[in-house]
Amino acid sequence: MESIRDRVAIIGMGCTRFGERWDMGVEDLLVEAAYEAFEDAGIQPSDIQAAWLGTVFSGITALTMSPLGLQYIPMTRVENMCATGSEALRGASYAVASGACDIALAIGVEKLKDSGQTGVKGPAIVGDNADGSSGIGSGFSAPASFAYLGTRYFHQYGLDPDHGKHLLARIAVKNHHNGNLNPKAHFHKELTVEQVVNAPIVAWPLGLYDCCGVSDGAAAAVVVRADMAKQFRKDPIFVKGLAISVGARQGVMRQDYDYVHVEENVRASRMVYEQAGIIDPRQEISLAEVHDCFTTHELVLYEDLGFSPRGKAGEDIEAGTFELNGDLPVNTDGGLKCFGHPLGASGLRMMYEIYKQLQGLAGPRQVKNPRLGLAHNLGGNAGMGIASCVILGNEKE
Amino acid sequence: MIGITSIGAYIPMYRLQREEIARMWGTQGIGGEKAVAGYDEDSITMAVAAVRECRRRCAGSAEGLYFASTTAPYREKQSAAIIASVAGLDRACVTADFANSLRSGTTALKAAHDAIKSGSNSQVLVTASDCRLGMPKGRFEQLFGDAAAAVSIGSEGVIAEIEACYSLCSDFIDVWRTASDRFAHSGEGRFINDEGYFPIMQEGISGTMKAHSLNPDDFSKIVFTASDARQHADLAKKLRFDSSQVQSPFFSEIGHVGTAGTLVMLIAALEEAKPGDRILLANYGDGVDTFILTATKSITDFPFKPLIEDQLKNARSIDYGTYLSWRDLMPLDTENLPPRNALSLSSRWRERKIISTLTGVKCRKCGTPQIHTIGQNIRICVQCQSKDNFDEYRFSDKKATLFTYAIDHLQPTKNPPGLNGAIDFEEGGRLLCELTDYDLDKVEIGMPVEMTFRKMTLDDDFINYFWKAKPIVD
Repeated sequence: MESIRDRVAIIGMGCTRFGERWDMGVEDLLVEAAYEAFEDAGIQPSDIQAAWLGTVFSGITALTMSPLGLQYIPMTRVENMCATGSEALRGASYAVASGACDIALAIGVEKLKDSGQTGVKGPAIVGDNADGSSGIGSGFSAPASFAYLGTRYFHQYGLDPDHGKHLLARIAVKNHHNGNLNPKAHFHKELTVEQVVNAPIVAWPLGLYDCCGVSDGAAAAVVVRADMAKQFRKDPIFVKGLAISVGARQGVMRQDYDYVHVEENVRASRMVYEQAGIIDPRQEISLAEVHDCFTTHELVLYEDLGFSPRGKAGEDIEAGTFELNGDLPVNTDGGLKCFGHPLGASGLRMMYEIYKQLQGLAGPRQVKNPRLGLAHNLGGNAGMGIASCVILGNEKE
Repeated sequence: MIGITSIGAYIPMYRLQREEIARMWGTQGIGGEKAVAGYDEDSITMAVAAVRECRRRCAGSAEGLYFASTTAPYREKQSAAIIASVAGLDRACVTADFANSLRSGTTALKAAHDAIKSGSNSQVLVTASDCRLGMPKGRFEQLFGDAAAAVSIGSEGVIAEIEACYSLCSDFIDVWRTASDRFAHSGEGRFINDEGYFPIMQEGISGTMKAHSLNPDDFSKIVFTASDARQHADLAKKLRFDSSQVQSPFFSEIGHVGTAGTLVMLIAALEEAKPGDRILLANYGDGVDTFILTATKSITDFPFKPLIEDQLKNARSIDYGTYLSWRDLMPLDTENLPPRNALSLSSRWRERKIISTLTGVKCRKCGTPQIHTIGQNIRICVQCQSKDNFDEYRFSDKKATLFTYAIDHLQPTKNPPGLNGAIDFEEGGRLLCELTDYDLDKVEIGMPVEMTFRKMTLDDDFINYFWKAKPIVD
């Protein structure tokens, strides 16, 4: 099995401002993201030979993609829950690596706010499967399934609830600080630990500010063969690894699952590290964009991704390790928490930040001399999850 | 010998103080409290709880299940078939709903007795359950409570022999609901007493005693219903029973619980009965049903815990606003949350075994019990990946502990905040599920829970029932 490492490069990226985009429909978001990517890559829309669209709820292929005006090229809609945007990049990358095409577009979009509702479309319950697919859970919310991680983490490691809430709040405060430096983020508001801890509870131990925003937005990447990349720009970004790991209901059906980690995350990260040749992620990775849909998840992710030893993430949080000027900055653009979470766009939004950081174009959020960045998503939840890990680098070996 | 072989009762844990109702409307409280079914309960779920309790205490299958209620959730669709499938009865089972009269519980009892006597069945379950609504501010609102009871009728292991039954019917209009009424109406009180309740009950009770040459002294207990405490006390006097012989109707503890009332009282009487004790049972509604029962020697060995007394103690008060919302008496603003998918009759049918008895599978190779929270069929073992190598495995009767949880303010519930979590069954298997009837202050990891059959949908299209976990109360 050949590694994808250094076979594909990203030469252009685009990302809309995320948020409550009452002013834009799906087609506007797509055009805005795609044309920013085309311009960044220095190509014409007619140069694109194939396209992958990632969206969970915002439409089917032809209906969604036709307004983009690409002329009779192959297009595929992909869906991998919250890892959908990453999946679009994966499809485009493999197509380019296989030689099926040389220049491909990966684009993700989600228009959630037109529903007029708070939150993502709700869980189904037993007997509630009109479309033939079963839904998630017995009538509990998305925050609840991530609250389980917090409840159990506090219990297993003997954190008293006040201390546990404090650690989670530090994550939210960090991500809001970073997002506030980012004009494209959904929210522009610094938070204090006290505000986060005292916010109304959504699903104990998660309060309002422990939960990410539900947003509209789109992000896009133009992918080419690595050996062609420098024809387009002097600073292309290379794909070092692409990994997906999907659960088989272990976490929700097996008593040996501990609810203080997400096995899908561990598996996907180990796969991607192997592809990228990373032995010590804590030392080798320059920055990470991780799936902080809820602060409890970012907490366990520090351990799942091998940044902190098991049970010790709290020490790294207290030490500021993951802050913008820390040893391993995480969610430098604000994360899902502050940048927002249009499901199909989020994976590509993370890569947009890593891409800009690796090019040294991240402005006030710029991390010093980054070399490798990790983008991580989790769709679904522990045991029925889809974890995606992508490593990008600015040097080709 | 034909008689009662087992008993079960269910009194929901919620209570509404009558003073709370009176304060709301500026009226006079009649004292005491009424039992109120939880927002996720109805006559079917309460009957299921009573039947499961009844089945736990007796061996053997039942070939019949009769359900009696004036508040069946469906006007067209049989409740008894739902209850029988949830109780795990064999499909070769006669099921029937007895409806439309407060007397229907004892009429079902009579029918069960006759079915056994005729030899067509060896054991029949009778359950009565009601969840009646009194119009806000009215007398019935204070009076009516919710409860269910179940008895098993058979000829082996009889704890109370049915020695005689007698019935009269009467087209007397006292309390009624038409097909479109939500709330019960009533005629004028003294008219009902003078021309309906007293003469009909006296005719039935005295006639039964006379026919069997028995006097009030020959009974250790008389169990009978009335529309309220005063009517109840007055009839006892007219019949010349001593107050020590009269079984409490529990009006001040749980209210008038409709068709379930007579059976709840009978169960309470049986819990105190000694071998040889004779009980006179009389039930009113469009006539009268009377029974003479005698406790047998087996009653001494019957595994009683004080069923009624324990449930009377395990009570929690709710306020009037909660009551209004649980009974859909007031339209309430709902959270702006995404809607659930529409229900599918066919996927529900495929998932019927998990819905009815929380049936999952146990792997023949590795022995792991397993069940999936959304009813997805299990074809591949989650532990050892064997394919299609399972035995059916029922989780509904297994105890479990809470492994982790969320206090979920977004869970659709009329008793917010919601609580859900992962529970681990004591003999294996994990399930993500909702919890109910919890005290948030006492929720903790490791808390023991048991499964209870509840209503899952808040807006009734057809009614989607499933299982929730509830804390085990010692």
